[in-house]
Amino acid sequence: MPAVSKGDGMRGLAVFISDIRNCKSKEAEIKRINKELANIRSKFKGDKALDGYSKKKYVCKLLFIFLLGHDIDFGHMEAVNLLSSNKYTEKQIGYLFISVLVNSNSDLIRLINNAIKNDLASRNPTFMNLALHCIANVGSREMAEAFAADVPRILVAGDTMDSVKQSAALCLLRLNRTSPDLVPMGEWTARVVHLLNDQHLGVVTAATSLITTLAQKNPDDFKTSVSLAVARLSRIVTSASTDLQDYTYYFVAAPWLSVKLLRLLQCYPPPEDAAIRGRLTECLETILNKAQEPPKSKKVQHSNAKNAVLFEAISLIIHHDSEPTLLVRACNQLGQFLQHRETNLRYLALESMCTLASSEFSHEAVKTHIETVINALKTERDVSVRQRAVDLLYAMCDRSNAKQIVAEMLSYLETADYSIREEIVLKVAILAEKYAVDYTWYVDTILNLIRIAGDYVSEEVWYRVIQIVINRDDVQGYAAKTVFEALQAPACHENLVKVGGYILGEFGNLIAGDPRSSPLVQFNLLHSKFHLCSVPTRALLLSAYIKFINLFPEVKGTIQEVLRSDSQLRNADVELQQRAVEYLRLSCVASTDILATVLEEMPPFPERESSILAKLKRKKGPGTVPDIEENRKERNANVNGGPNHTSATSNAKASPPSFVGDLLAPAPPPTNRPRPVSSASFLQNPLTPLPPQAYAIPLAASAGTFYQVAAPAAASSTDLLGLGSSTSLNSTPPAAAPPTAASLLVDVFSENSPPVSAPAHIAVPATAAPAADDNFSSITTKSFHVAESILADVQEPTDKFVCKNNGVLYENQLLQIGLKSEYRQNLGRMYVFFGNKTSTQFLNFASNVVCQDTLASQLNVHLKPVDPTVDGGAQLQQIINIECVSDFVEAPVLNIQFRYGGTLQNIAVKLPITLNKFFQPTEMMSQDFFQRWKQLSAPQQEVQKIFKAKHSMDTEVTKAKIIGFGVALLDGVDPNPSNFVGAGVIHTKTTQVGCLLRLEPNMQAQMYRLTLRTSRDTVSQRLCDLLSDQF
Amino acid sequence: MIGGLFIYNHKGEVLISRVYRDDIGRNAVDAFRVNVIHARQQVRSPVTNIARTSFFHVKRANIWLAAVTKQNVNAAMVFEFLYKMCDVMTAYFGKISEENIKNNFVLIYELLDEILDFGYPQNSETGALKTFITQQGIKGQHQTKEEQSQITSQVTGQIGWRREGIKYRRNELFLDVLESVNLLMSPQGQVLSAHVSGRVVMKSYLSGMPECKFGMNDKIVIDKQGKGGTTDEAGKSELGGSSGKQSIAIDDCTFHQCVRLSKFDSERSISFIPPDGEYELMRYRTTKDIILPFRVIPLVREVGRTKLEVKVVIKSNFKPSLLAQKIEVRIPTPLNTSGVQVICMKGKAKYKASENAIVWKIKRMAGMKESQISAEIELLPTNDKKKWARPPISMNFEVPFAPSGLKVRYLKVFESKLNYSDHDVIKWVRYIGRSGIYETRC
Repeated sequence: MPAVSKGDGMRGLAVFISDIRNCKSKEAEIKRINKELANIRSKFKGDKALDGYSKKKYVCKLLFIFLLGHDIDFGHMEAVNLLSSNKYTEKQIGYLFISVLVNSNSDLIRLINNAIKNDLASRNPTFMNLALHCIANVGSREMAEAFAADVPRILVAGDTMDSVKQSAALCLLRLNRTSPDLVPMGEWTARVVHLLNDQHLGVVTAATSLITTLAQKNPDDFKTSVSLAVARLSRIVTSASTDLQDYTYYFVAAPWLSVKLLRLLQCYPPPEDAAIRGRLTECLETILNKAQEPPKSKKVQHSNAKNAVLFEAISLIIHHDSEPTLLVRACNQLGQFLQHRETNLRYLALESMCTLASSEFSHEAVKTHIETVINALKTERDVSVRQRAVDLLYAMCDRSNAKQIVAEMLSYLETADYSIREEIVLKVAILAEKYAVDYTWYVDTILNLIRIAGDYVSEEVWYRVIQIVINRDDVQGYAAKTVFEALQAPACHENLVKVGGYILGEFGNLIAGDPRSSPLVQFNLLHSKFHLCSVPTRALLLSAYIKFINLFPEVKGTIQEVLRSDSQLRNADVELQQRAVEYLRLSCVASTDILATVLEEMPPFPERESSILAKLKRKKGPGTVPDIEENRKERNANVNGGPNHTSATSNAKASPPSFVGDLLAPAPPPTNRPRPVSSASFLQNPLTPLPPQAYAIPLAASAGTFYQVAAPAAASSTDLLGLGSSTSLNSTPPAAAPPTAASLLVDVFSENSPPVSAPAHIAVPATAAPAADDNFSSITTKSFHVAESILADVQEPTDKFVCKNNGVLYENQLLQIGLKSEYRQNLGRMYVFFGNKTSTQFLNFASNVVCQDTLASQLNVHLKPVDPTVDGGAQLQQIINIECVSDFVEAPVLNIQFRYGGTLQNIAVKLPITLNKFFQPTEMMSQDFFQRWKQLSAPQQEVQKIFKAKHSMDTEVTKAKIIGFGVALLDGVDPNPSNFVGAGVIHTKTTQVGCLLRLEPNMQAQMYRLTLRTSRDTVSQRLCDLLSDQF
Repeated sequence: MIGGLFIYNHKGEVLISRVYRDDIGRNAVDAFRVNVIHARQQVRSPVTNIARTSFFHVKRANIWLAAVTKQNVNAAMVFEFLYKMCDVMTAYFGKISEENIKNNFVLIYELLDEILDFGYPQNSETGALKTFITQQGIKGQHQTKEEQSQITSQVTGQIGWRREGIKYRRNELFLDVLESVNLLMSPQGQVLSAHVSGRVVMKSYLSGMPECKFGMNDKIVIDKQGKGGTTDEAGKSELGGSSGKQSIAIDDCTFHQCVRLSKFDSERSISFIPPDGEYELMRYRTTKDIILPFRVIPLVREVGRTKLEVKVVIKSNFKPSLLAQKIEVRIPTPLNTSGVQVICMKGKAKYKASENAIVWKIKRMAGMKESQISAEIELLPTNDKKKWARPPISMNFEVPFAPSGLKVRYLKVFESKLNYSDHDVIKWVRYIGRSGIYETRC
């Protein structure tokens, strides 16, 4: 505050501040401040009016105290009074206080606005500046409302001083940022553009900032600014640095303005007018030329300013991406920076080069710097720069240099920082796959990768190796050999063991001819690693062993011995135990033919987008990888030879979802096996011999889900349900299944699913991909999958919701629908959660509820509208309000429509709204119960059903189900304690229906008798149907 | 155990730093400064855990004492030690201030070497320490070998707090009962909480190795004696109640290490061999039947938004023959006070802007008297809608009796070897009651 310190320097303030600074402790400071505050209060309260000077002094003190962190709750009025003073210093302090202290909802705002208006209207430029600064500093909506019209007027008025214009432009920029809706676009917009021609460079600089912001929002309105900006830029660039007087910074002409103009130009495509275009090219060339000139000063500011302009020019060149010569020159310039002493410059150069590498014109030019970049990777001290170098290597990689780059990255990986290792691993894996001509090289690379950085190799990477090895006959033998050799290392990573187990289990026979890798040697090698591995890996190894039994009958005895050992058969882990038991029996019981069929080699995987790439994208966030992705598509044709998966990538992307769910989406560990319900009973006493039929069920099932790297979700489920969406799948013909296994298999599922087309099941391991798990389990719990792109038949409302209110209603690879519902009397509210399982947005998302026929009059269902887009990975909540008018049987259908990746998806699900939801439990005594029971004795009021138990007859479970059904469970009513008795009232809008029920289990016969008496026959029938399905 | 001990001034500069264990690094010093002394929010908790290191601190004036440890130590022990450390320093060089600490830093390091060993507290008895850590370094050379060995045997012996062969021409002892009374009272005069924390401080100048026995009107002891050793339940307990006026119920107490705790546990008698010089014999706390020396009656009236009228009456509530001293009543004023007029009949009253309070001081006041003050407070209207929270009126005073009602019944001295008896010892007893936090809501 130069104006304050001299002339009328406020002594009192200076003394006060020095007092505060001399305070020994916090307490002393607070005491001093309290004293000062009391003094100021008494001064403000005093009867005689204060002169401007003292007011200014006290307001200043208050401001100082506030800035020290104390609350100030008075003095605002005095500050506002200062605004109307004619002295600059007083006005300044007043504005300072207000911009710091006054919040927008203060009742003083009207007075303040008035004072500001007066100052804006005054002819005094300093006052106008103060007022504009205050508006910009506060920047509240109220300010914007009051002055959004005035500020542009001042900005474009002909007679405004330059300094005021400058402030006005920045003030408008601020208002535009805080409340864009309030700043009207008017005729002033056209005139703002002409400020670029202003004589005063300060005005131009301020205006450029404003125009850039505005142009980003409405590019069309400001198109004319391009030619003006180019003209201005060329004048600056070509001018000798002396003619700009104040705006030359360390021999660089107006660097800030240049940078801003270049930014502004980046809002637009290259100018179409040839003359302008030529002039711009000339400018950019000049800037590039200047970079070559020897520096005019040794000062760091000089080079910083120069480089700032240069880098902005390069980003403009990259943005335009149209002038090959410029791009190449830019690339060469950046190449020089790669070896510069300044770390920041090296970083920026690498970063810019990454974007340059994606341009078709400069890709080759970037490639020439490969040695330097590799060198940077090795010698650079700063980890962030190394990271950029890795990015650049990844970006510049193509078929010609892939081997070199991958090798360099691998060697760097050994010493790389832990923070970036996983990313490098993914990049190496992608590059190796993408540019592999020779798949032996690919296998070597990935095995090396696992050896060097096993901990950082994610599941997806090794899934991918296996997919590729299985899909390509020519490398299988080589892969088996290499894996076998790699496994001989005394300490190898668990991921290697997994790959080894899988590959040897599949293709061990290809190397069995060599006595050094005879079947027994292979088995012993694998088994030597067994005890060092985690449970999922062990499970995988057990599967490999059973595969061995098929491949090499000669080691059958050894393997059976291993399976039979206590550490397997009685393993604490239920998964391992089950596998051991089942595989042992399988190897004993099944004939070699069956064994060969069940344990056949894995069929090729369907082609799909590389899951690793998706993972890298997720890791880096959007925007960093896509350019490479684009490249890849472009170069697809020439880069990859032969029938390969890259081409499939685009297919998979274009034809949506049935397959893309892939490895990534649900991604449970591959060894996690779906466990059919029926095998549970089998497990309970694994050592007692069972009749063969009983055996066959779990066996077939387990054989079916063999490796669990199995079955894309939709594919298997659609097959199983026989819904006939065969359009998308079965690229592989299902293996011919032995009839026995198949029919048994149907048994496993027939319990709750509609008839299944028999041959389907063995196709499940055949289509082998991980993640069948949730799929299977959901089938067994009777939730049904509906394949996308087909408006599937509406499924029965899942009866699992009869006795509970929350759960997953529906799930496929794209969408998961969860439910949460609550009911009171005849009203209900249901929260439906739509979870987007993909990483892509769902567009045009809409849902509605259809009540068919009579249901519409029986049930009022009202949906709250929801947002039409669901972001990737996000969850959308929709509320459904339900009112029950009278009793009903049908369930309303929820129709969902959305667009995913260009395809319209339709899904229809029945909402689990059942009559029993409107139950209110009623507690009653024994006599009451029997009295009512007798009252409801009319024949049509009673419904009785005798049925066989579907689940085990556990008393506690039954109790829970009855309570979940909605009635009160009455103890001590029925003379037989094993019977269950319940009572409740169903509330509908029109009537209330009392309901009594009795459930008599018969343990010996595994039967139930259910009796229901209600005052309405339809209700009795419906409730009986609902409840009897639960036991 | 304590890993290190640091002393800081108010700015957070380290004055003393003594590290006892290797697990405490240099950065611990800075961690405490940054996270506690210079913390953005004031740190209220005396224990702070920073990066698995615990800091226990106490503050004396502007000085911070911090004990540091990485282990799970007994926090009460650490604080007891820190308090002891303060006592020792006070005994050596008076007030604990930055200046004093800077002037005595050699002495402090010497003390720290002696009272903590590898982080375990050792002898912290000032009397004993003074025999071998002296402020005049030269004096040590005059100590004979015999004397030195005597010190060793005393410090390492069973009675570490007293050396043998002390002789006084006049056997004398002083007993001070110091109490501080804490009160929170509602505006209507209802006691919301009240307790007395007291200390018995003794200064003894006795020859030889005297055995002392201290008796006071502890309810349990009195009841026991009232029953005369026989167990005559119901009627007697009624009798005990009648003697309640003379006896007091002590809620809890702690003793100096010289007191034989086993004897206290079994017979509830306090017997000990006293250290030489001044020490604190016991500390105690009572919550029942407290004599409140003063009653404060506040009257606050708000006249409009800009004026406040306050009238406060204080009544002394003890024997008219006694005189209370150093009476100070502190009446908080609102934060937007712009002017105060005070009228009081007795003493002096002043508005202290720096403390946002009216302070009324009376030098002396006899029992069963009353006095009053009235003040008019002018307020400045603010745009802050918050209502004034009306903090309580607090009071300070000193009275010559024990508000808990504690009485010293006897202090007997037995010295079998030397030829002086209990009657020859000159004994002085003094009671001082001070205000702790003595507040009345208004």
